[in-house]
Amino acid sequence: MDLTLKIWRQASATAKGKFVNYKVQDISAEASFLEMLDLLNESLVQKGEEPVAFDHDCREGICGACSLYINGRPHGPDRGITTCQMHMRNFKHGETIVIEPWRAKPFPVIKDLMVDRSAFDEIMQAGGYVSVRTGGVPDANAIPISKRNADLAMDAAACIGCGACVAACKNASAMLFVSAKVSQFALLPQGKLEANERVRKMVARMDELGFGNCTNTYACEAECPKEISAANIARMNREFLVAKITAPKE
Amino acid sequence: MVKLDAKIPHGPIAEKWTNYKAHQNLVNPANKRKLDIIVVGTGLAGASAAASLGELGFNVKVFCIQDSPRRAHSIAAQGGINAAKNYPNDGDSIYRLFYDTVKGGDYRAREANVYRLAEVSNSIIDQCVAQGVPFAREYGGLLDNRSFGGAQVSRTFYARGQTGQQLLLGAYSALSKEVANGSVKLYTRSEMMDLVIIDGRARGVIMRDVISGKIERHAAHAVVLATGGYGNVFFLSTNAMASNGSAIWKAFRKGAFFGNPCFTQIHPTCIPVHGDYQSKLTLMSESLRNDGRIWVPKSPEDAEKIRKGQMKPTQLPEQARDYYLERRYPAFGNLVPRDVASRAAKERCDAGFGVGKTGLAVYLDFADAIKRLGKHVIEARYGNLFQMYEKINDENPYETPMMIYPAVHYTMGGIWVDYELQTTIPGLFAAGEANFSDHGANRLGASALMQGLSDGYFVLPYTMQNYLADQIGVARFKTEAPEFEQAEKETRDRIQKLLSVNGNHTVDSYHRKLGLIMWDNVGMGRNKAGLEKAIALIQELRADFWKNVKVTGTNDQVNPELEKALRVADFLELGELMARDALVREESCGGHFREEHQTPDGEALRNDKDFNFVSAWEYTGADKEPVLHKEPLVFEYIEVKQRNYK
Repeated sequence: MDLTLKIWRQASATAKGKFVNYKVQDISAEASFLEMLDLLNESLVQKGEEPVAFDHDCREGICGACSLYINGRPHGPDRGITTCQMHMRNFKHGETIVIEPWRAKPFPVIKDLMVDRSAFDEIMQAGGYVSVRTGGVPDANAIPISKRNADLAMDAAACIGCGACVAACKNASAMLFVSAKVSQFALLPQGKLEANERVRKMVARMDELGFGNCTNTYACEAECPKEISAANIARMNREFLVAKITAPKE
Repeated sequence: MVKLDAKIPHGPIAEKWTNYKAHQNLVNPANKRKLDIIVVGTGLAGASAAASLGELGFNVKVFCIQDSPRRAHSIAAQGGINAAKNYPNDGDSIYRLFYDTVKGGDYRAREANVYRLAEVSNSIIDQCVAQGVPFAREYGGLLDNRSFGGAQVSRTFYARGQTGQQLLLGAYSALSKEVANGSVKLYTRSEMMDLVIIDGRARGVIMRDVISGKIERHAAHAVVLATGGYGNVFFLSTNAMASNGSAIWKAFRKGAFFGNPCFTQIHPTCIPVHGDYQSKLTLMSESLRNDGRIWVPKSPEDAEKIRKGQMKPTQLPEQARDYYLERRYPAFGNLVPRDVASRAAKERCDAGFGVGKTGLAVYLDFADAIKRLGKHVIEARYGNLFQMYEKINDENPYETPMMIYPAVHYTMGGIWVDYELQTTIPGLFAAGEANFSDHGANRLGASALMQGLSDGYFVLPYTMQNYLADQIGVARFKTEAPEFEQAEKETRDRIQKLLSVNGNHTVDSYHRKLGLIMWDNVGMGRNKAGLEKAIALIQELRADFWKNVKVTGTNDQVNPELEKALRVADFLELGELMARDALVREESCGGHFREEHQTPDGEALRNDKDFNFVSAWEYTGADKEPVLHKEPLVFEYIEVKQRNYK
């Protein structure tokens, strides 16, 4: 199929960006979306032009690196997959495809379609862990966990940290991302001890970094490639409230 | 000439590690603060090592190539992690895990290392559970296990089809904790350009910030390379796009020996190649072989009809199908080790029984399992894998059998290390897939995660202290030293050279050509003529690359073409070493199949008399032939036999 690509080009974080149109031809329906971009880049390099920069790595939907806004939707038109899992059979011959980077203040553009998501690492550093050291831990089966809670924790832990939730949200809220980690640990006995402090610290860091608040549109859930449930946000709000009520007086 | 000393502790095998720890040197807390460690890579081995060393009180700097440590390619491991817990009460033990791993590796691994791996495997599970890794559980609340290839017990712990992800996120959370505590400093989007040696010891690295292109110098008392494997030398592999061999190749060029470079794992269950624009191959977890049955049509005529689309696989009656693994290996059936399953698939396809448009595919069929267990059970076990398959192939594997074919997946070879995971360069350690240590000539499923975390959580935190104990009087290094100056200059010169060639061919076009040479000659079947041809072709391609490659852009910007060019330049050297190693090893073992050496029924034929050793290659200079050193393997606790999965 032949396609017109309308791609956001921006030379650097400080440069002014703009859309540039490209034509690609003879794209196989079996090719992945990123392979289609590879073909475009290969042709640009051959012409001595600069290829389009975009983040990608595993190309099987698990590393969370790819992060494209395709025709106005994070990770494109299909549900429950990342950009790299999108195949060209989702598009039609002659179509124009608009490709943009994540657009959210806490994720500044680095170049073209690449953004800086280090804010997610910073939120994790604020409390996204159980404070155990290596060694000296009890036998794994000494901590029985109900299958239901283990499964729910796994549902939340499936988050790949891609940032589609933030990109989809009109408030650039990171609530789905943060709540997925908070929920995972809140559901497990290992995480219970530090639950109050964890939710306080992670939410505070999220706010400091400039992410917006949740206004319950659930765009995050709809666009999440791992289909993380917005119920996690409800759980986090409950955890947050409990943490606030039970917080020791300063 | 350097003498290879594996430094295996004395005593019975079950006591070696305990004895080592009891007598090794330690560093006291006040001195730990004075010692700096660099860790390159944040996969399972790197992240767990950096976190654990930080907890101990060392000053750690950790570098990753991606924008976050959480994206390292360990994340993509699907099936599980082995441990000798024997929770299912099915006869497992540390010895049995050790035995299976040595046997699975076709008796080309060092006994003492493998025993230690099996020994610490149980601590890994304990550690990960304590971190909140949501492993699969049974209704009673205890941990669930499943079975994997090459074992007759169920010893694999898993978190759905995302075990690597969950273990990596566990290690990443431990790392994040230490970054917050200030004991670890994290550098993202940073790629290693060179290793710095001062007075014969590893003392630092040269890094390139891939955003600004800035070349940076970092000094330390010791350096750990945990940069993964080099499967991307084949261009098409299950590795991530950024996975590369440059860090270990730089170490090799600075004097670290390279162990068993030709030992490559071709994974049997991957989605077949479908077009020449393809950028990577996707793995379907080995765990699928628990319930899926592998077959091809019995007659070439039926295979032909299926290839042409005149018949559907579901229309072929049971008696017209050849479940070739169950036929050839009744004892292990579909759960034979990866090398055996891959070769059997290649054999059937080469003989004209393959399916799919290209004829390079076999079926992995769940119809029986769905009939036996119900669709919901299969969905609970493999739902995400089935979804992944459907998205790529546009076929529903619940209704029609999956098509699979072997693909390059893992490299057992890597930097040679001794028992302490120290390379032949003092102060340089290698962990995880980057080293050669534990898997011999073939790695068993669910053992890579085990090894990465074993090295990082439980081995390096001990053995590095043994090295660092006599370094406490050594002051912090200044990066103004001439050795740093020189290494930085070499890096800049190399980058400049690549940018100034300004030829006509893209970096990817060279990488693809190299991949084809490797796949055709240094892949699943290898022979003398092919390997000699490969060496000549690679040399030719390398010379052409430096004359005609086109790298756009400049150094001081985000420049993915330059990043790729730097990696491909190294692959063009590494590929040759792999071919040389395969040429020298005139036997078949594990993933290394020399067509000249096979049993009458086509199984790998080892030659223990002449090749019972680890190949350790020494770099001797550009355009000079590397020198082969041999570390003889001694088997005291396992009887060396012809592997038999029948």
